[in-house]
Amino acid sequence: MKPAPFEYFSPKTTKAALELLAAHRSDARILAGGQSLVPLLNFRIARFKYLIDINGIPELAYIKLESDILRIGALTRYRAIETSPTVADAAPLLFEATKWVGHLPIRTRGTIGGSLAHADPAAEYAAVMLALDGRVVLQSEKGARTLDAGDFIQGMFSTALAADEMLVEVRIPRARNNQVFGFEEFARRPGDLAVMGIAVRLDFDGDRVETARIVSLGGQDGACRIPEAEAEIQSRPLSAERIENASRAASDIDTHADIHATGALRQHLCGTLVRRVLGRAKEAQPSPRA
Amino acid sequence: MSGEHKIELTVNGRKIGAAVSPRLLLSDFLRDTLGLTGTHIGCEHGICGACTILFDGQAARSCLLFAVQTDGHEIWTIEGLSETGAIADLQEAFGKHHALQCGYCTPGMLIAAHDFLNTHSSPSSEAIKDGMSAVLCRCTGYWNILAAVSEVASSEHRRMKAAEASSTSRIAPS
Amino acid sequence: MKTGTFIGQPMRRKEDRRLLSGKGRYVADIQLPRMVHVAFARSSLAHARIRGIDVAHARALPGVVAVYTAKDLAVHLGPIYGLLTTPPAPWRKLVEHDISIPDQPLIADEKVRYVGEPYAVVVAESRYIAEDALELIEPDLEPLSVVSDPIEAMQAGSAKVHESATNNVVARFRFRKGDGRPSSLRRIRRRFHNHRILAMPIECRGVVAEYDSRGDAITLWSATQIVHWVRGEVARQLHLPESRVRCIAPDVGGGFGVKGHVYCEEIIVSFLARQLARPAAWIEDRHEHLLNSTHSRDDIHDAEIVFDDQGAIHALKDDLIFDSGAYTPSGIASLANIAAHICGPYRIPNFEFGATAVVTNKTPNAPYRGTGRPEGSFVIERLIDLMARDLAIDPVEVRQRNMIQASEMPYKSGIPYRDGVPIIYDGGDYPKSLNLALQALGGVNEFRKWQKQAWSEGRYIGLGVACYVEGTGVGPFESATVRINPGGDLVVATGACSSGQGHETVFAQVTADEWGLKPDDITVQLSDTGLLAAGFGSVASRSAVTSSAAIRKASAVLRAKVLAIGAHLLECDVVDVELREGTVTLKGVPKGISLREIARAAYPGWVSDRPQGMPGGLEATEYFEPKTVTWAYGTHAGIVEVLADTGDVRIHKYVVAHDAGVLINPMIANGQIMGGVCQGIGGCLLEKVIYDAQGQNLTGSLMDYLIPVAAQMPPIEILHTETPSPQNELGIKGLGEGGVVGPPGVILNGVCDALRPLGFEINQSSFSQADVVAALTKAPA
Repeated sequence: MKPAPFEYFSPKTTKAALELLAAHRSDARILAGGQSLVPLLNFRIARFKYLIDINGIPELAYIKLESDILRIGALTRYRAIETSPTVADAAPLLFEATKWVGHLPIRTRGTIGGSLAHADPAAEYAAVMLALDGRVVLQSEKGARTLDAGDFIQGMFSTALAADEMLVEVRIPRARNNQVFGFEEFARRPGDLAVMGIAVRLDFDGDRVETARIVSLGGQDGACRIPEAEAEIQSRPLSAERIENASRAASDIDTHADIHATGALRQHLCGTLVRRVLGRAKEAQPSPRA
Repeated sequence: MSGEHKIELTVNGRKIGAAVSPRLLLSDFLRDTLGLTGTHIGCEHGICGACTILFDGQAARSCLLFAVQTDGHEIWTIEGLSETGAIADLQEAFGKHHALQCGYCTPGMLIAAHDFLNTHSSPSSEAIKDGMSAVLCRCTGYWNILAAVSEVASSEHRRMKAAEASSTSRIAPS
Repeated sequence: MKTGTFIGQPMRRKEDRRLLSGKGRYVADIQLPRMVHVAFARSSLAHARIRGIDVAHARALPGVVAVYTAKDLAVHLGPIYGLLTTPPAPWRKLVEHDISIPDQPLIADEKVRYVGEPYAVVVAESRYIAEDALELIEPDLEPLSVVSDPIEAMQAGSAKVHESATNNVVARFRFRKGDGRPSSLRRIRRRFHNHRILAMPIECRGVVAEYDSRGDAITLWSATQIVHWVRGEVARQLHLPESRVRCIAPDVGGGFGVKGHVYCEEIIVSFLARQLARPAAWIEDRHEHLLNSTHSRDDIHDAEIVFDDQGAIHALKDDLIFDSGAYTPSGIASLANIAAHICGPYRIPNFEFGATAVVTNKTPNAPYRGTGRPEGSFVIERLIDLMARDLAIDPVEVRQRNMIQASEMPYKSGIPYRDGVPIIYDGGDYPKSLNLALQALGGVNEFRKWQKQAWSEGRYIGLGVACYVEGTGVGPFESATVRINPGGDLVVATGACSSGQGHETVFAQVTADEWGLKPDDITVQLSDTGLLAAGFGSVASRSAVTSSAAIRKASAVLRAKVLAIGAHLLECDVVDVELREGTVTLKGVPKGISLREIARAAYPGWVSDRPQGMPGGLEATEYFEPKTVTWAYGTHAGIVEVLADTGDVRIHKYVVAHDAGVLINPMIANGQIMGGVCQGIGGCLLEKVIYDAQGQNLTGSLMDYLIPVAAQMPPIEILHTETPSPQNELGIKGLGEGGVVGPPGVILNGVCDALRPLGFEINQSSFSQADVVAALTKAPA
């Protein structure tokens, strides 16, 4: 399974990469980690006239905490994220979710920018971004724009990236003491793409859940919030009954069947995962202020 | 720029220069151009792990890299790691525990194990199971592989090595 | 019982040194000067008439050496025959049959019959360019109605996969023993489905061929388990004498049966090497492998068991439909095996069996580890558990009541084996095997207590058991040549072809014991028609039995000669000498004559010093021609849990109690069993080949066809008993396949047992989490 021919560029700066993108637009594809792209090329499911390899642009790989925003360069590897004390502290949900991505050799090369730009519906990071109200910075020769993750991710393998744009940075608000996070996915084997997964963020005000984000991944449209489940637990203390209601609401999500799972099974797993993750969150919630 | 690209890389400690077509996969470059056939091809889509090598010291699938991307980088294959003795402990343990049968996944399995042990000090048996899920084996049923890796994991030598690894390369226990 | 110094030792393997350091040599590693690379254009339609194939653009692509269609090849080559399509004459005498297997063309000529079927051959300077050329080939295909279901395929009016196969049926046979089924008894009738899976070795297939114009001879290297068959077929197709075709299997990365029959690529690549006067290589990629290398299992059984109120089985009836796919390269091999094995270790006085092989527009179906035994075991073991439920007694109890006892050995089952010889179970203690396995799990009573407690807590745990017998070491023959070279070193060549079983080590151990040498002193040569005149190969758990026996025979003959020469040199009677640690000595005297000196004395010509009239040289070739198989057996048992919230399955513990006679290397034996169990678990919980109604294969990548990973293996305990085989002097029985026979019964019976309060039943070998969730969510709170 050898790929079709392509022309190859390996720019050394973001500027050079963007010039190439502007020149070749959808005839070109950014090559970052390659863990999702290269299989498609090898199967000849996808082909591009030009590959723009950004692995030689060190200015795109960084993890910085600035004014309570965690800024991660698009070329940052999963492996760097899972070994970063900064991420462990400032974005524990991202840190936790990274363990679920493939296997260590995949994480050696795969990048956060590549994951979000590729938008596989089973990808973990998109769900994390929605749960954390993360934002992405897109850049082109014309300039830069910042989007909410929810506006960036548009569906299965579909994002708001224009043909001449590249994702350059991910921004995540720093975790606060009143927040509890949770992540779990069900896959047929450890390291496989998720059949169903849940990312959760709960902001507590005392013992009340002030803000809830319950995000599913693995459905055909990819990461999406489950507002019906969120509504069950928002603005009230987190009780077993509320969790059960949220779980029931979650098992009603619109989802698809494929060779790995029926729609009904995905729905059931969604409900189960919400119950499990919220159950753990309840145990971990911060004690209410006196 | 189309046509052949010049690359300079280090393979198994030796500097190599070559001119490669951009689409030439690293797995094919190692095997066919350099004659290092110890790296095996099982799927060419990144799942089976038979093609695993070290890229700048970290395990990576060579079927998902293009040779042209290795310019300025360092690759270690099973041949080189055998030569230097870097994985002698794993090789000995694999032989002792009958952790290989047909041998086809073995180079990838050894390199994945090597990288895993370099980044996990005192891994639990669950962590080892998880880490060794990175490479598919169809012959052994895995238990002997896990026994071999566990034995090496608990060795003094490997524990020290992983403990010395910087905080940015060591992976925290789950 | 043969107890030697090395037989029975868990010795480390000779193969490991090279395999651990990347110095193995697999077919894809072979690089020859000016080698060309071959790729096959493969059908993307399941059923279509080929109106024409335009290869002009492909031929014109720079770097392309040649392109062939079936018409181009037909000038030189003909259809291939699977060598097993005709069952042996003794079987044909005993079993009522009607077998008419259509020929399989080398590549598709008038029609394509499955997605993945090759219809053109591209030869280029690199595989990359060959794949570019594939995209330039334009087939003009007229889609035909797709036959995607074997039962529908047999209906009148269904499209025909082959003109010669009426109602798409290519083989039928029936067998019956006993005089019928009294109507006053209990009966249970069910439909069972063994779903389609495949062998999935980590190394795909591959062929490299080289033509020697000086000698008009071909050498081909193939990732195969059967070098002599391949050599024979290539020679026949290329009109060469067998002596000028050499087939070598280098290191092979797993076979499990999928590399156990001749494929068209072996013939075509050999042809191309001669035609183009350049070495040719075809290395299969994974996508090709999943679509085109043979699939397995895939049968539907309508089975009925008849029994009395005490739980004694009176009759078993099974009618099965086998989805052969588009061709039938191994004939009725797995079906004859099902017939021979489905009664298992049980006493079943009346047995009626019918099989129908049907062609469909899917990949051809051929043996994969187990070959009929797992399929049959699944049916009988499920029926027994259903019997137990009907009688409200423990399924273990039902097995114990029906098991053939040790005192009944040897036991004539009244059913012919695949080789046509009436089956005689040749020894063993089946109830002991069952008890050993259950004890290792903590005992049935203890388990039932735990199960009751678990149910009351809303947990679902179950016990699954599968007992089976396994015919191993099948004929017709295996050969061995033992030779002592002039320098005194001993070399043994045999027809086994290793794909991971450790044959180099195992046969060194056997030979070492024959000669009083160490395994390291012995060179073992396998998998090479150039080194052994006739051989059969490694399929059906036969090599440990047959190669060892052939080695023993050849060693005995050669040893007699060695002793005679030794006695001659020592000027004494041959009864006064013995062979000890590789030296011929007078009995009781420490110093003797080395094999080197014996070899020198045996050497023909002026320096020879051998008894008057004795032929020169030191070599013996012998054949072991077993009358029939020898019967290994075992019990698998496992505790499984169905997770109440996800419907997923966890196996808490898995036990195998196994008897394969004398074990040559217990470490390798355990490795074989564990590997088989892992495949069996994968086969139930993860693996499934899926076709849609248009015959499109939906599992063409490793993201779709899932095999187990390390984290999914349950703790396995393996217990051995050793009842020596009476059929060969070493007492060996085969064990390559036993591991994969038990898991379907264990896992699916375990799941049904766990979900007994819900009355849940599953009679397909593919576990369905969705069905379990549906049953769990229907359950009252």
